[in-house]
Amino acid sequence: MKKNIIPAIRLTLVCFVFFSGIYTLVVLGAAQFTANKGKGDVVVSNGKTYFANLGQKFTNDKYFYSRPSAVDYNAAAAGASNKGPSNPEYLKTVQTRIDTFLVHNPGIKKEAIPSDLVTSSGSGLDPDISVPAARVQVKRIAAIRGIGGGNLEQLILSNTEKPLLGLFGTEKINVLKLNIALDNLK
Amino acid sequence: MNTEMSGMILMYALTVVLAIPLGRYIGKVYNNDKTWLDRIFNPVDKIFYRLSGIDPLKEMNWKQHLVALLTINLFWFLLCMFVLMNMSWLPLNPDKNPSMTADLAFNTAISFISNTNLQHYSGETGMSYFGQLTVMLFQFISAGCGMAIAATVFFAMREKTTEKLGNFYFLFVRSCTRILFPAALIVAFFLLFNGTPMTFAGKDTITTLQGDTVQVSRGPAAAFVPIKHLGTNGGGFFGSNSAHPFENPNYFTNIVEMVTQMLIPIAMIFALGYILKRRKLALMILGVMTVGFMLLLVPTVVGEIHGNPAIAKMGIGQTMGNMEGKEVRIGSAASAYWSIATTVISTGSVNAMHDSFMPLGGMNQMLGMMVNCFYGGVGVGFLNFFVFIILAVFISGLMVGRTPEFLGKKIEAREMKIAMIIALLHPLLILTGTAISSYLYAHHPGTYTGWLSNPGYHGFSEMLYEFSSSSANNGSEFSGLNGNTPFWNIADGVVMLLSRYLPIIGPVAIAGSLAAKKYVPESAGTLKTDTATFGLMVFAVIAIVAALSFFPALALGPIAEYFSLY
Repeated sequence: MKKNIIPAIRLTLVCFVFFSGIYTLVVLGAAQFTANKGKGDVVVSNGKTYFANLGQKFTNDKYFYSRPSAVDYNAAAAGASNKGPSNPEYLKTVQTRIDTFLVHNPGIKKEAIPSDLVTSSGSGLDPDISVPAARVQVKRIAAIRGIGGGNLEQLILSNTEKPLLGLFGTEKINVLKLNIALDNLK
Repeated sequence: MNTEMSGMILMYALTVVLAIPLGRYIGKVYNNDKTWLDRIFNPVDKIFYRLSGIDPLKEMNWKQHLVALLTINLFWFLLCMFVLMNMSWLPLNPDKNPSMTADLAFNTAISFISNTNLQHYSGETGMSYFGQLTVMLFQFISAGCGMAIAATVFFAMREKTTEKLGNFYFLFVRSCTRILFPAALIVAFFLLFNGTPMTFAGKDTITTLQGDTVQVSRGPAAAFVPIKHLGTNGGGFFGSNSAHPFENPNYFTNIVEMVTQMLIPIAMIFALGYILKRRKLALMILGVMTVGFMLLLVPTVVGEIHGNPAIAKMGIGQTMGNMEGKEVRIGSAASAYWSIATTVISTGSVNAMHDSFMPLGGMNQMLGMMVNCFYGGVGVGFLNFFVFIILAVFISGLMVGRTPEFLGKKIEAREMKIAMIIALLHPLLILTGTAISSYLYAHHPGTYTGWLSNPGYHGFSEMLYEFSSSSANNGSEFSGLNGNTPFWNIADGVVMLLSRYLPIIGPVAIAGSLAAKKYVPESAGTLKTDTATFGLMVFAVIAIVAALSFFPALALGPIAEYFSLY
């Protein structure tokens, strides 16, 4: 034991310098070659900067809603509801979300609401919604903004992100980019 | 949905395809055979040895290996405690996050040195960047430590009759510099160019399109995330781990992170085949592990893509499956796949919240941790499997009336006793822990109500999951459990400590004692251990010892919840 103590301490310190220091600096150096120098992907619109893959809260009826969030899209304390599937309180919350959605979207049938619009995400910062989740909101937004439904369908189509290589994963829409495009639609 | 299925197949195929050459490479690294990275790492390693005053060629017996391992781990614990409790004044703390309390630091330090990475804090608010870089160090070296000790056991299995099993520091340094470090760099580049932040700037403040003001936590995440997966550590940079869009920005990074966490556990089995020159034995082990993995995987995926029956009753569509606690860019199938992968190997990172899975999915996650050797964590997963091999050799030896021998060594009472103790330690820790916490919760309703955020069966599952995760050195959680209380910090800490080091000491002692025994050449009377029949036997032992001891507890939690829902 005794003769292992000094080598153990010295080896740990060498590892500290190498893995916490040198490794970190190499990655940090490589980060300077990325688009935003490692400060996160951003989109700029009308002079304002947003994080591209960080979801934002959209509850205003003139925008496409983003998904419910257990942390209200607080990007300094991400988190989820952690509710179990049989929790009565949780199921009541989902029911309330469905009812609220129907009030704000008259003329929409319950069956048309996809579950991602009434369940909260894992991070509470989900940037995306599914394509049906965007479609089901077209009628409301068309009425409020006075834009033809066809234009909105077109907007959804052009903002749909296909699965990876068209083969792997989900089809989705980045809500922030969709709403920026919506604001720019004149 | 079909593209979600093909995504899962791609992930598994990529893992195996990459693990084969990596396994060969790992075998060469431990054997000290020539590899093409020697030109870079021979000098690097030399600096490590010189600065630490280590002679890497000095052979050690199994006891010396363990002493070296335990000594260095003790120092890691002290160092980690010190940093975590003093982060507020140490450098690199732009967000002015506080130091940890003693009980939380105790839990976190053990959690990181034991390769568990259970986190009762959130990275955004509970860690400075200096703290993050420190725990990142432990993600490297705790993994390297597990791999080194697995290599020691490989050597012990290979040698005819010897006490000398290589040098611990040699195996440890090589694991870190030649395997984990280059792989982490590659993964870091993938993440960087897909939007994972790498900066020492503090929080940013932005105004959203709708007009809200939000603060955005950032940090050196692109360096941190690769090693959390490669080393099957699983500690997230941010609180929501790989569900966070910064840690896991898109489906491509999800594939990368998934493949990298399963890669080394599988490659270690191929390395075993290379080092022992027993390919069939490696395939038998891999076969048993894969069958176990698939048996847990398929029902979980099916459950998630069909969604929650209670929500189906409300009359809405669930084409994406059960989306509570999941991200749209990942989807329910890849989340289910990840949840089983991360629990059978001991990563414990999550890309969806396990608390919100369907009951049987949650049960399979727990079973993955209760068995804890279907692939298993880097290095230690094999050690757990090794214990089951020993048990299976003994039982099948008795059944067919042959002397129990494994690789030409007689298995006797001493080895069997150690194997049984290690095999039963895991259920003991999990079930005793859950029993105590359930008792406290039920008998002191006022004091401990804050622990759980779900009632009934699911609440019980939260506690059972917590102890399973601690004891399996996994680190994932049913996060509805409020872990940052003195009870959970200390109880989990003690469980993680025992379940990390005893299951290292036990198998190494068995392997060391077998290695020193007289070699008995194989004859017609030898029980063949590299056949499918023997694989079945190992599987049966695992099912009986590990799974059945947990059945009563599972019946009270996820199984009961299943019947209340469907």
